[in-house]
Amino acid sequence: MKIAVLIKQVPDSWAEKSLTKDTFLLDRDSSDKVLNDLDEYAIEQALAWQENDGAELVAICMGPESATDAIRRALSMGVDSGIHIKDDALQGSDAIATSRVLAAAIKRGGYDMVISGVESTDARMGVVPAMLSEILDWPQLTFANRVSVSGSTIEIDRVTESGITTMNAELPAVVSVVEKINEPRYPNFKGIMAAKKKTVEELSCADLGVDSVGVTNAWSAVAAATTLPPRAAGTKIVDESGSSVSALVDFLAERKVI
Amino acid sequence: MSNIVVFIDHRDNAPTQHSLEVVALGASLGEVHAVVVGNSDVANAVATHGAAHVYVYEPTSQAVTGEVAAMQDAIATAASQMVLVPSTITGKEIAGRLAIRLNAGVITDASSVDASRQATQHVFGGSTIVTSKVNTELALITVRPGSAEVMNGTSGAVQNRTATDSAKSAKISATKPAVSAGRPDLTSARVVVSGGRGLGVAEGFAMLEELADVFGGAVGASRAATDAGWIDHSFQVGQTGKTVAPQLYLACGISGAIQHRAGMQTSKTIVAINQDADAPIFDIADFAIVGDVNVVVPALTQALKARS
Repeated sequence: MKIAVLIKQVPDSWAEKSLTKDTFLLDRDSSDKVLNDLDEYAIEQALAWQENDGAELVAICMGPESATDAIRRALSMGVDSGIHIKDDALQGSDAIATSRVLAAAIKRGGYDMVISGVESTDARMGVVPAMLSEILDWPQLTFANRVSVSGSTIEIDRVTESGITTMNAELPAVVSVVEKINEPRYPNFKGIMAAKKKTVEELSCADLGVDSVGVTNAWSAVAAATTLPPRAAGTKIVDESGSSVSALVDFLAERKVI
Repeated sequence: MSNIVVFIDHRDNAPTQHSLEVVALGASLGEVHAVVVGNSDVANAVATHGAAHVYVYEPTSQAVTGEVAAMQDAIATAASQMVLVPSTITGKEIAGRLAIRLNAGVITDASSVDASRQATQHVFGGSTIVTSKVNTELALITVRPGSAEVMNGTSGAVQNRTATDSAKSAKISATKPAVSAGRPDLTSARVVVSGGRGLGVAEGFAMLEELADVFGGAVGASRAATDAGWIDHSFQVGQTGKTVAPQLYLACGISGAIQHRAGMQTSKTIVAINQDADAPIFDIADFAIVGDVNVVVPALTQALKARS
C-alpha cells in the first residue's frame, strides 16, 4: 500500500494571527510556523500501516521554502519521503486551487490512499479532502475516529454533529482523521537523524501542469478586513464564600440574559 | 427575485434550528428552494418556516455525494446563483464538492450574507472580521448559527424529486444518531456553561448541567476537560473543537488558553469563574469571579432557581 500523507505548515496555534494590510492574506511571518497539529494524527495513523503492513508513506506539502521544516518533522516521525510543492505563483491560492494542485501531485504517484487531518488550524475550512475526493473521483471517508483496511476495502466511523456513521469503500480513497483517533508520537533522536537522509522531491506548478492558481485566480476574494478591538476585562470580584453570586445575578439581569 | 437553494440538516425527524436560520437568511435575500434528503416530515416542517419550495429526495446510502447530487439537481432546477448551506462538517464538505463540480467559488463559516453575495466571516477566533465576495456566477456560502431569526407560519410547496450520484462514494452501513440529552445544540444555544480543568473531577459536569438547565442552555468544555475524559470530545469548545457565540458564555474552571478563546470570544457576554486570579480568561471576561467553582456554581444555581 502506498499512502500520500497531506501536511501543511501553519502559524503556531498558540500565536495571535493577523492578515497582511494590503493583500488580506494570512501574515505568515508574524508568528512561528509549525506542522499543523491536526496533521500529526494522520501521520500517526499512516505510521501504523507502515509498521504493521509495510505501507510506503509519502508526505505531500504545498507551501513556501519554510515548509521544509514541516516536511522534516513528518519525516522524523517516520514518513518515508516527501514531496514539496513550491512555487511563488501558489501564494494566496484558495482551497479550490490548493486541491487542484494537490490532486495533480497525487495523480502522478500511484497511491492507494490519501490521508490528512480534518482541517488546517489557520484557514479552518475543512473542505480540501472533500474537494480532492471530487477531483480524483475517489470515495471520501472523512472525519474518521476509527479506520480499518482489510484487503482493498476500507471502513471508517465518521463523527459529525449528527452522530456516528459507519461507511466503507474500495481503495483508492481519500481519508481524513479527527484528533482522538490516536496519540501522535514525538520524533526521537534516531528518527530525526534518519530524516536527514530521506529524500524530498521539489515540484513546481509547471512540473505538475497546473495553472490558474494563486491570489489573482482565487474564486473568492477578500474585499475588506477589520481587526476588532480586543475585549476589555470587566468587573472582577474575589470571592471565597459564594457571596459574589447576588452581584452576578444582578449583572446577568442587567445584560438581559435571565 | 433570485432563487436561493438552501440545504436542510435534520435530526430526530426535524430540521435543525441552524438550518431554519439559514432558510430565514435566504428568504431575506430571495426565494428559498430548500433541499431535504430522506425525510418528508422534515420537508413539511421547512415549508412552514420560510421556504417557498421544498424538494424532497429519497434517503441515500452514498456518504456526502448523495446530498451533493440532490443539491446539484436543485441548483439546476431553480437556476440558482446563490447556495446557502449550514456550516456543519457535512455542510462544508457538500459546498466543497459542489465548488469543484460546478466551478463555483465557496466561502465557509459566514456570519452574514447580503444580496450582492458579499459575506462576512469572523476569523482568527473572532479577532478579525473579513468581508469576502465570490467571483463566479454561482456562489456557495456556508453559514454559521445565529445568522437570522427563524420564520414561522409560512406555507411553501413540497415536491418529491430524485437524484443519484455517479461519483465514487463510500457506502453507509450503519448510523448512530448523536444523543441530544434534552439540551440545545452547543453551537446554537443562547447560553453555554463550560467547564475545564478547574472542576477537578468528572462529576463537576453534573453541577454544570444543572446550571445549564436553569438557563435552558448547553454544556461545553475545554480541551483539558475532554482530554481528561470527564466529558465527550464532541463538547469541546475551541480551535480544534466547536466555535460558539452565545448570548452568555459561562467559563467555569477554564484558564482560557488562546485555543479555547478562539472558540468562544465572540460570545456576547462572558462570565468567568476561576481560582487563579491570573487566568487569561479574565482578560476577556465581562464579569469575573476569582473563587472556587465548586462553591460559586452551586450558589449561582440556587440563586437563579430562587429568582424564577
